[in-house]
Amino acid sequence: MDVKRSPQGYLYWLFCQFELITCSYLMEPWEKVLFYSFNLAIAGLLLYTAYVCLVFHLSSAFQLLWGFLGNPRENALSVVK
Amino acid sequence: INHIVHNGGLYKRPFNEAFEETPMLVAVLTYVGYGVLTLFGYLRDFMRQWKIEKCQNATEREEQKDFVPLYQDFENFYNRNLYMRIRDSWNRPICSVPGAKVDMMERVSHDYNWTFTYTGRVIKDIINMGSYNYLGFAQKAGPCQEAAAKVLSQYGAGVCSTRQEMGNLDKHEELEKLVARFLGVESAMAYGMGFATNSMNIPALVGKGCLILSDELNHASLVLGARLSGATIRIFKHNNMQSLEKLLKDAIVHGQPRTRRPWKKILILVEGIYSMEGSIVRLPEVIALKKKYKSYLYLDEAHSIGALGPSGRGVVEYFGLSPEDVDVMMGTFTKSFGAAGGYIGGKKELIDYLRTYSHSAAYATSMSPPVVEQIITSVKCIMGEDGTTIGRARVQQLAENTRYFRRRLKEMGFIIYGNEDSPVVPLMLYMPAKIGAFGREMLKRNIGVVVVGFPATPIIESRARFCLSAAHTKEMLDTALKEINEVGDLLQLKYSRRRLVPLLDRPFDETTYEETED
Repeated sequence: MDVKRSPQGYLYWLFCQFELITCSYLMEPWEKVLFYSFNLAIAGLLLYTAYVCLVFHLSSAFQLLWGFLGNPRENALSVVK
Repeated sequence: INHIVHNGGLYKRPFNEAFEETPMLVAVLTYVGYGVLTLFGYLRDFMRQWKIEKCQNATEREEQKDFVPLYQDFENFYNRNLYMRIRDSWNRPICSVPGAKVDMMERVSHDYNWTFTYTGRVIKDIINMGSYNYLGFAQKAGPCQEAAAKVLSQYGAGVCSTRQEMGNLDKHEELEKLVARFLGVESAMAYGMGFATNSMNIPALVGKGCLILSDELNHASLVLGARLSGATIRIFKHNNMQSLEKLLKDAIVHGQPRTRRPWKKILILVEGIYSMEGSIVRLPEVIALKKKYKSYLYLDEAHSIGALGPSGRGVVEYFGLSPEDVDVMMGTFTKSFGAAGGYIGGKKELIDYLRTYSHSAAYATSMSPPVVEQIITSVKCIMGEDGTTIGRARVQQLAENTRYFRRRLKEMGFIIYGNEDSPVVPLMLYMPAKIGAFGREMLKRNIGVVVVGFPATPIIESRARFCLSAAHTKEMLDTALKEINEVGDLLQLKYSRRRLVPLLDRPFDETTYEETED
């Protein structure tokens, strides 16, 4: 827990901060394994969901936005209907 | 810019006290940490109950499992699951005099702090930032020690009686006269234990039908004494004079709760320096309020006697007030005088009454003679009556050390609570893992500190408490500061946003204070 100049040292220091904040610094090794595997599982699920769904959500949001900005007259007609 | 208060000219010097607010992110992350530990605590309790894991803490016997559970409340849960993990920072055995440097026995734990074994090695010369050694009288050589050794060979160590029976030595009389002269009061009485002084004498002074107004953050001995007395207790916010005045007004106007009779006595309990916050009581305002509403004041100078004031006579001298304004001046000999015990000083009638009616005088063994001699020698040294200026120099050295240490810590960016002049310096840690980490890292660097968590402090406001001493040289303080800086960078403890929060001196109104119902 010494040098934080080098990138490896900095990452290790960041990991130590994570350990301190989530109190895994105080846990016994088997508790740490349990905690980290749970965290990695949740993080993995989040990443997978982001990868699968984010593209679709972004493109549909972009289309909606384009619809609002692109044709003002069409937009007014559709609102009247 | 510090918010300097001059309440109608009551203060002759600026009163700089600051309690920086907890940063929001830090508070959230602290709760996250406690949440994770609580979940793991439930898991471990489950495993212990279903015998998956060996149960090493105290539990009820098999036959008692159907009775009312003994260990299910939050305190026991906290003890089993959170305190046990960081337990190695407390109860560390020392094996030398607790002066500026101390020797400590090294111990390791192979089962995660449930049991400890001593390796046999002694860690030498640890800079001691945790002992209440304000004037450096915890010495094993010097005039105090020689005088105490002489008295030990003359009187022995035990007294074998209470004050009222056969335990009243001439040494005790000499001590009490000296203490009364030191404080500037008519008469004083000394007791063997500081905690017992408070808890056994407050019941002798007040009883049912009296009102006690006690500060939020008073010490356990004051709280215990107040509860044992049977008087009605009302709490005012810490060091908040508007809150105290409101309570006093209500007490005078409404009287006792059911019968509306006037209170027999109103006693205000305050401390000189609050050891967990490092704050100093606003004594000029308390005395002004006491005189206006005709109540009595009980001042507990456990940490401030010897440590404040230009000649070490405590918080009364620090503010330039007269000791006759304080009705009961209580203090301890443990902190600044290097001994053990407590005293109460006041008018002669009061002390004569306490000699007869105090529980501590009637039932507790009186002070041991070498301890009495240590106090006599150290008080004479502080007053300058032993012919040297050592006492005066020590008081000044403590004040210098305090100012220097606090200034340097604030510059580094830590959150420090309390008054600029108090030798008790709390450094905020907040997160539970950092409590254990700070204690261990400082010990690795040969500095002994006291870290405090729940239940001595609110659950998110855990802190490390440094007690400065006149025995600390500037080199020792510089070494300590360098290590604290390093550990602060390592553990990311520099939370301060350098924004000084002004003291809460706004006018007090109904919307800001909830009254407790009787």
